[in-house]
Amino acid sequence: MSKGLPLWGRFGGGFMFLINYIKTVFSTVKSMLVGMRRTGYYFTHHKEIITEEYPDNRETMHLPERFKGEVVMPHDEKNEHRCTGCTACELACPNGTIKVVTKFDITPEGKKKKAIDKLVYHLELCTMCNLCIVACPSDAIKMAQTFEHSVFDRSQLTKVLNNPGSKIMDGVE
Amino acid sequence: MGQMISLSEISKIIDNWLRATFNPTWTLIIEMVIAGVCVIGLFAVLGLVLVIMERKVSAWIQIRLGPNRVGPKGMFQSMADTVKLLVKEGLTPDGADKFLFNLAPLIAIVVAMLLMAPIAFARDFQMWDINIGVLYVSAVSSVMVISILMAGWASNNKYSLLGAMRSGAQIVSYELSAGLSIIAIVILTGSLSFNEIVHSQVDGWWIFKGHIPVLIAFVIFIIAATAETNRAPFDLAEAESELTAGFHTEYSGMKFALFFLAEYVNVFIVCAIGATLFLGGWMPFHIGSWQGFNQVMDYIPSSIWFMGKTFFLIFLIMWFRWTFPRLRIDQLLNLEWKYLLPISMFNLLLVTAMAILGWHF
Repeated sequence: MSKGLPLWGRFGGGFMFLINYIKTVFSTVKSMLVGMRRTGYYFTHHKEIITEEYPDNRETMHLPERFKGEVVMPHDEKNEHRCTGCTACELACPNGTIKVVTKFDITPEGKKKKAIDKLVYHLELCTMCNLCIVACPSDAIKMAQTFEHSVFDRSQLTKVLNNPGSKIMDGVE
Repeated sequence: MGQMISLSEISKIIDNWLRATFNPTWTLIIEMVIAGVCVIGLFAVLGLVLVIMERKVSAWIQIRLGPNRVGPKGMFQSMADTVKLLVKEGLTPDGADKFLFNLAPLIAIVVAMLLMAPIAFARDFQMWDINIGVLYVSAVSSVMVISILMAGWASNNKYSLLGAMRSGAQIVSYELSAGLSIIAIVILTGSLSFNEIVHSQVDGWWIFKGHIPVLIAFVIFIIAATAETNRAPFDLAEAESELTAGFHTEYSGMKFALFFLAEYVNVFIVCAIGATLFLGGWMPFHIGSWQGFNQVMDYIPSSIWFMGKTFFLIFLIMWFRWTFPRLRIDQLLNLEWKYLLPISMFNLLLVTAMAILGWHF
């Protein structure tokens, strides 16, 4: 404290110091109690436990909706998918995971129309970045919630996403 | 009082039988051996129980399940851990000071054993009723820091040395406020003997009789006890994220297990002392003039009361550990020298005034 201050100023400074000191002590104790209340709540409320006992609960396991396991192409009951073969997913993929092999179908009117022959998906290269799903204009592919992908041979990880004999859904352009 | 078979009666029966069978010297030797075996057994049980308790408490606080594979609900996990530690190689590093390196864990465990001596576990059940019990405990517990310094120095490892030095600074500082909060009770009781301190609480535990000053002393004691046992949030001596494992970085197998055991036994001991000083030791909980309630409380054995209070305090310390983040070394010393010490000195003044004016019940 500077020398020029009158006596009351010095006293006031000391007094303010004491007030702040006590305030610090009380706010510290209060914040510690808040923290202990939170952990005490978790200690007594076991329903909050988020651990999944994985191999045991395979049947009842709950994965979050946004979990990204692998790319799949949904087919409906008539074995039809929504893929037009536009290759947007192949172009969007940062590491060459998807390869679209196209062919030309003949429509009933006699016109040639581009369609997919195979949509080859290399699971071993995929980083589950979701860019292909974002890029797809017709919502033909999506992320599945499967995750047990271990196999003994790497070639088993190269998958063809469209079912054999499938064709494009009507009305999807 | 219609007590059933109690620990003090069992010890009396054994004592009488030994006195009738052997001469006094042999009686003393055999009794010492029995006490030693009991202490070692208690150590083993405490190690097993406290480790599984800590793991379960930490798991539940962190919204996890904790160990749940070995035995029912994972209750035998600590036994599996013990077997693992027993069969592991106890390595001594090449550059280490071999004698000090191997001596340090033994000192840690011997200090923990010595601290067991004056503790009153149940009514009339105490290994050594010395009239300076409190002084003895606070003096012997400070030898603990020597084993830590020894381990850190002898390891010839920079992390170990840093951890040991931090531990030295920490224990030397926090012993002050722990001592001052213990003195608060000594002033109120007028005795240093654990037995007399417990008997002074027959009409109410000090934490109730002593109003707010004793409550403050209790809080300071718990904080200082956490710091003295090197547990989080004051575990700077170990500080996994900075010093790998601090003073016991180089230890493995049973040598590490001795440090680990000593830590948990020390937690038990400081909590037992806290329970004896502030929560009435083995005294049952009584409420003024509720005769029926008091008799029901009397019916619970005194050893259960002691263990219950001790384990309550142990749980409190575990709760601290899994709630608060670790302090930095300067924050640690600030807390002691700028907050705990002035507060406990002022508090001691209040307690002294209270004791002189007779304001407690």
